[in-house]
Amino acid sequence: MRITVTVDGTSYTDDVEPRTLLVHHLREKLGKTGTVVGCDTSNCGACTVHLNGQSVKSCSVLAVQADEGEVTTVEGLARDGQLHPVQQAFRDNHALQCGFCTPGMIMQSIDLLADNPNPDEEAVREGLEGNLCRCTGYQNIVRAVRDAAGHMRPGAGPEAEQVAGGERTTTGVGGDA
Amino acid sequence: MIPAPFDYVAPSTVDEAVRALADAGEDAKVLAGGQSLLPVLRMRLAAPTTVVDLGKIGELKGVRDEGDAVVIGAMTTHYDVQRDPLVHDHALLLARATDTVADPQVRHRGTFGGSLAHADPAGDLLAPALALDAEMVIQGTGGRRTVSAAEFFQDFFTTSLAPEDILVEVRVPKHTGWTAHYEKFNRVAQAWSMVAVAATVRAEGGTVAEARIGLTNMASIPVRATAVEQALVGRSADAETIRAAAEHAAEGTSPTVDGNADVEYRQHLAKVLTGRAVEAAMAG
Repeated sequence: MRITVTVDGTSYTDDVEPRTLLVHHLREKLGKTGTVVGCDTSNCGACTVHLNGQSVKSCSVLAVQADEGEVTTVEGLARDGQLHPVQQAFRDNHALQCGFCTPGMIMQSIDLLADNPNPDEEAVREGLEGNLCRCTGYQNIVRAVRDAAGHMRPGAGPEAEQVAGGERTTTGVGGDA
Repeated sequence: MIPAPFDYVAPSTVDEAVRALADAGEDAKVLAGGQSLLPVLRMRLAAPTTVVDLGKIGELKGVRDEGDAVVIGAMTTHYDVQRDPLVHDHALLLARATDTVADPQVRHRGTFGGSLAHADPAGDLLAPALALDAEMVIQGTGGRRTVSAAEFFQDFFTTSLAPEDILVEVRVPKHTGWTAHYEKFNRVAQAWSMVAVAATVRAEGGTVAEARIGLTNMASIPVRATAVEQALVGRSADAETIRAAAEHAAEGTSPTVDGNADVEYRQHLAKVLTGRAVEAAMAG
């Protein structure tokens, strides 16, 4: 089946089997290996990407379901060599140990901050409920998200998802604020 | 793991979807939000020959006001149900329970109708649907019909949906001004409810005028704690009344035994959690 998906700002048209998971399409067909697979049970959240402006576990979405959609991966966050504020905050706050959960943690943190620009500690922990860190580095992850919140204007995310005038705008399909 | 191969169709209307299911036969599977189905396919616990994706059917999404009921399209996501003002005003219990479903990523994809049709006894939306006397609007090859929640849930992962049927929308009678609480007991984040209690009440002063209580995972299907409801109605909701009423919570239940809990423990939980749920619901 032929699908067209915009990933990190570039449109890709490919033939995929219906059973192909979005995460496998991203990694194996498009080379977006920044998005990782950490479990086989949908629990870990390491494969979190944004689909049409909302965080999803890309192991639990078929590539064909993303047809005509817009995907942002952790590889699409930096701009002109500048890390996204959430990436920078993870770096500044030592919010990664082995780093395997980090792509998913960062993508989910950006989604969380878009919904709640100034979360308290409990809101961060609940917002990251679907992401597991097997190093148990949660203290610094929570610290990083709150630090990032301080450095970002409300809802700031990748350019395609920034909040303007209280509404989330997207360049492609599915404005879903 | 990677799912076994299947044919994929994404119809754009409910009529087409019903036809696709009828054509595909018994080994077809409906894909709603996919947050239960895709893990099952990935682990190859199921290998349907055809997957019928409802994701492109616009008429299945959204919430609307229909006089005495709030009507929720089956493909409305948990995220949208959580934030819907009609749901908040007229079916608060459903919003409260939906807040506790899985995690944010899953709530972005998972759907109200998919969750009900999946009918996992540990699923968090079955008991609220039962407690609120929801009605399921189903379309099959013979047209549309409406089934009460009490008739809809039949057994573990089993509903009155025939293989070619699609759950179109859910009519939730308005419970305007009722307060609500969903009290869930699980071991770790993301885990299924070991037991949970869905409680919604209409208070007049400090008195319980009406109460609806549903139990999650206390049988193969959601159950109503009618004895608790009866023990509350017409009484002032002081701590002693609530405690005494909650003692009835396990009556007539037949929970399963698994690695988490045996029958006795689940019945104990049902009583304790019912007390907490009613107290929190009364507090608003």
